[in-house]
Amino acid sequence: MEKLFQKISFSSATLVFIILLGIFITLFNTALPAINEFGLHFIVNPAWNKEVPITTPQAKSVKKVSDDSEVVNPDDYSDDDGMIMQDEDDTPTKTIYGGLVPLVGTILSTLIALLFAMPIAMGIAIFLAEIAPKNISSFVGGAIELLAAIPSIIFGMWGLYYFAPIVANLFGGFQVSLLTAGLVLGVMILPFMAAITRDSMNTTPDILKESAYALGATKFEVIKDVIFPYSKVGIIGSIILSLGRALGETMAVAFLIGSVFELPHKITDPTISIPVALANNFGEASGLGMSSLFYLALILFVMSFAVISFAKFFFLRKAN
Amino acid sequence: MLVMNIEKFSFTYPGAEAPSLKNITLPIEKNKITSLIGPSGCGKSTLLRSMNRIHDLYPGNTYDGKIDLLNETTGEYDDILAIKKENDFIQLRQKVGMIFQKPTPFPMSIFDNVAYGLKISGIKNKTELKDRVEEALKGSALWKEVHDRLNKSAMGLSGGQQQRLCIARAVAVKPEVLLFDEPTSALDPISTSAIEELIVELRNDISIAIVTHNMQQASRISDYTAFMYLGDLIEFDKTEHIFLNPKEQQTEDYITGRFG
Amino acid sequence: MKRLLINKIVLALSTISAIIGLSFLAWILITLFIKGLSSFHFSLFVTDLINNGLRNLIIGQFILAGFASIIGIPLGMIAGIYIREYGRGRYANLIRNLSDIMMSAPSIVIGAFVYAIIVVPTGHTSGFAGSIALAIMMIPIVISTTDSMLSLVPKELREAGIALGASKYRVILDIVIKAAKVGIMTGILLAFARIVGETAPLLFTSQTSNYFSLDMTHAFPSLSVSIYDLASDVQTSSRDLAWAASFILTAMVLIINLTGKFITRNKK
Repeated sequence: MEKLFQKISFSSATLVFIILLGIFITLFNTALPAINEFGLHFIVNPAWNKEVPITTPQAKSVKKVSDDSEVVNPDDYSDDDGMIMQDEDDTPTKTIYGGLVPLVGTILSTLIALLFAMPIAMGIAIFLAEIAPKNISSFVGGAIELLAAIPSIIFGMWGLYYFAPIVANLFGGFQVSLLTAGLVLGVMILPFMAAITRDSMNTTPDILKESAYALGATKFEVIKDVIFPYSKVGIIGSIILSLGRALGETMAVAFLIGSVFELPHKITDPTISIPVALANNFGEASGLGMSSLFYLALILFVMSFAVISFAKFFFLRKAN
Repeated sequence: MLVMNIEKFSFTYPGAEAPSLKNITLPIEKNKITSLIGPSGCGKSTLLRSMNRIHDLYPGNTYDGKIDLLNETTGEYDDILAIKKENDFIQLRQKVGMIFQKPTPFPMSIFDNVAYGLKISGIKNKTELKDRVEEALKGSALWKEVHDRLNKSAMGLSGGQQQRLCIARAVAVKPEVLLFDEPTSALDPISTSAIEELIVELRNDISIAIVTHNMQQASRISDYTAFMYLGDLIEFDKTEHIFLNPKEQQTEDYITGRFG
Repeated sequence: MKRLLINKIVLALSTISAIIGLSFLAWILITLFIKGLSSFHFSLFVTDLINNGLRNLIIGQFILAGFASIIGIPLGMIAGIYIREYGRGRYANLIRNLSDIMMSAPSIVIGAFVYAIIVVPTGHTSGFAGSIALAIMMIPIVISTTDSMLSLVPKELREAGIALGASKYRVILDIVIKAAKVGIMTGILLAFARIVGETAPLLFTSQTSNYFSLDMTHAFPSLSVSIYDLASDVQTSSRDLAWAASFILTAMVLIINLTGKFITRNKK
C-alpha cells in the first residue's frame, strides 16, 4: 500500500511536467507547417492572411492594402512581401502569415496596462499597508482581493460599453483601440497587483519600521528607505507576475482591441493581440492559417513561460 | 538631576478594558542607567515604548499622567504626552533614541545605516557625515571591525555586530536619552557582554533606560532598578538596594527566583 | 519643514491613487449591478438560451467546472502531497516551480492545447474537452494550496503518528490532511471560483450551445462563452441578456469566494 500510494503521488506530480511538456510539444507540432513555411521571419512579418504571387520576387504594381493608406509610413512596411497584390489573376498565388502585428499588439497593450496600473497599485498598496487604520485596511484589502476574482470578461464588457467611450472622447480616435484595451487591461490587473504588492510590503518586520521611526523618520522616509528596499525583490516579482497575467489575458482585451491585423500608427488605433487573434480566428481557420495561429500560441506560451520563470527564479524564490 | 520624570502615568491599549500601566511614578536620572525588570507581561516594555511615544505609530492608545523630558537648552521640563504635531514627534525621537530586542539593520550599507538619522535630520555635508559616522562607530566599538567595509551591506554582519551598528546609528544623532528594549535577548553571551560594556560606557554622554528580563544584567550594569509587576511599579531604588535588601515581598520573591 | 511637506504630499498622493483605483473597481461593480439587475428576471433560471433564458448555460457552466474538479482536485492534491511529503530536494522543487509557472500559463493557450489533442482527433468540440482545459488550469492551483497548507502542519504531528507505528501514507491521509483540512478546502473553493468564471479556455473546446444538454461528448452550454457571443451582438436585447448573465456569473464567483474566506475565518 505504502509503495502504491507513493507511486501514485509521484505520477500525479510528474503529470505537471508531462502536461507542460505536452503543451509545448503539441503547440510546436501543430505549428510546424507554419514554422517550416515562414521560419523565424514570422515574427517580423506584419502580413496576415495575404495573397502573394509564388514566382515573381517583385510585383509590377504595388498598392497598399491598408485602408488608411494616407497615414501609412512606407517604412513600416519595409518587409514588402505581405503587402503586394497581384493585378493578373492568373499568376499562381499563396497565402502568407506573419505574427508581427499581434506580437506588437500584445506587448504594447501590456505595457500600457503596466504603466497605468503600476502607480495606482503602488498607491493602493502603500495606503493599505501603511496609511489606513487596521479595520479600514482589512476591509478594503478584502474587497480588493474579491475584485481580483471577478471574471475578466466582465472587465471587457464594462470597458467596451462604459469606459471606452469616455477614453475616446478624451483622447480622440476609436473606441476600440490599443489605448482602451491597454487601460482596461490595466484596470483588470490592478487588484491583483495591489494585493500582492501589499503582501510583499507587509513582510517588512514592524521592529525594522519602528527603528526608523525611532530615529525620527517620517512615514514617507520609512516607506522609501526601509519598506521599499526591504521588500524590493518581492515587489518587482509582483509586478512581473502581473505582467505575465496581462500578456496572456484574452477576454478583457477581446472586446476592446479592435481585432484587426494592422500595426497601430497611433496609440488610439485598433490592432490585435495574440490571445485575441486566437480567440477570434480559431473558428474560421484551417490549414496554414490554423498552423500559424498555433505558431502564435507557441510564441505566447514561450513568452509567458520566460517571464514567469524569470520572476520566480530571480525575485520570488520560495524558501522551503 | 533628572532627565525624565514619569508621574502618575497610566496607559491603555486600544480596545483593552483595563490599563496596562497603572499610576507609574518613576524618575530617570541624568547620565545614569535605569533598568526595568519584572516578569513578562508586567508592562516594562510598554512603559519604555511610552518614553519616545513609539506607541503612537498604532493609533487609539490612551495616556494619562505626565512624562516630563528635560529640555537641555532651557533647563525646563516639557511633557511629552502633550505632543500632537508630527514635527514634535520627530524631534522627540531624535532626543530619545531606541534599541530593539533584535538587531534591526536597514537594508543598506553599513555607512548609510549609521548616517541615516543624520541624513534625514538634514546633514548633507559629506565630510561632516563621514566624521560623525566614524565617531559613532568608534563610540560603539565597531570601527575596528568595519572600517574597511563601510560600503558593504549591513546584513553581512554578525548578530552582535548588527546590534552594535544599531547602537551606533542611534548614537550618531546625539540623543539625550537612549531606550534599550531587551537589547541582548537575541545574542550569544560574548556579544552580550560586549553590548553591556558599551552601554556602561555610553552612560558618560547619554542617560539610559533599559528593559531586561535578565536580572544579572540589571545588577551588573544599572545604577537604578525598577521592579514592575502586572502593570504596577512595585519598587524603585538604587540597584544594590533592590538586589541586596528589597523592601517589598514581591520584589524579593522575584529576584530570588521564586516566581517569574 | 520640507520633509514634513514631502511626507504629506506623498501620503496624499498614494491615498488619492488608492481612491482612484477603488473608484474604478466600484464603477465596474455598480455598472454590473445596475445593468445586470435591470435585465434580471427569475424566469432566466427556468428557460434555456434558445428561449432567451440562461438555465442551460448556468447548469452547463457548473457541470463543466464540476467535471474539471473531479479530475483536477484529486490529481492536484495527490501531487501536492508528493511535493510536500515524499519529494526530496530538486525534483520536488522542480515540480513546485513548474506548477507555479503552469498556474500563470495563458488560459487561451491551454484552450489551444486541448483543441489540438482532443477536438481535432474527435472532430468536434465537446463538454469533456472544455472540462479538461479547466482541469489543467485547476491542477496547479490545487497543488500550490495543498503544498502550502501541508507545510503549516507541524512536523511533530507526523513524527507522533509514525512513532505509533502507522505507515507514512496512513499518517498523511489520517492525520496530516485532517490537520490541514480547512485550509485545503478553502484553497479548493477558490480554485473552483477561479475556473467557473473562465471563458478563454472554453471558447474552442466546449464552445457553447443554445439548448439544454447533459451530453458532454458534444458542444456544451457555457455561460461565460455565451456572454462573449451575446455581448458582441448588435441586438440590444442580447446585450441586456449578456449583462444579466454577467451579473449571475460574477455573483456565483464571488459567493464561492466569500464562502471560502468565511470557512477560514470561522475556523480561526
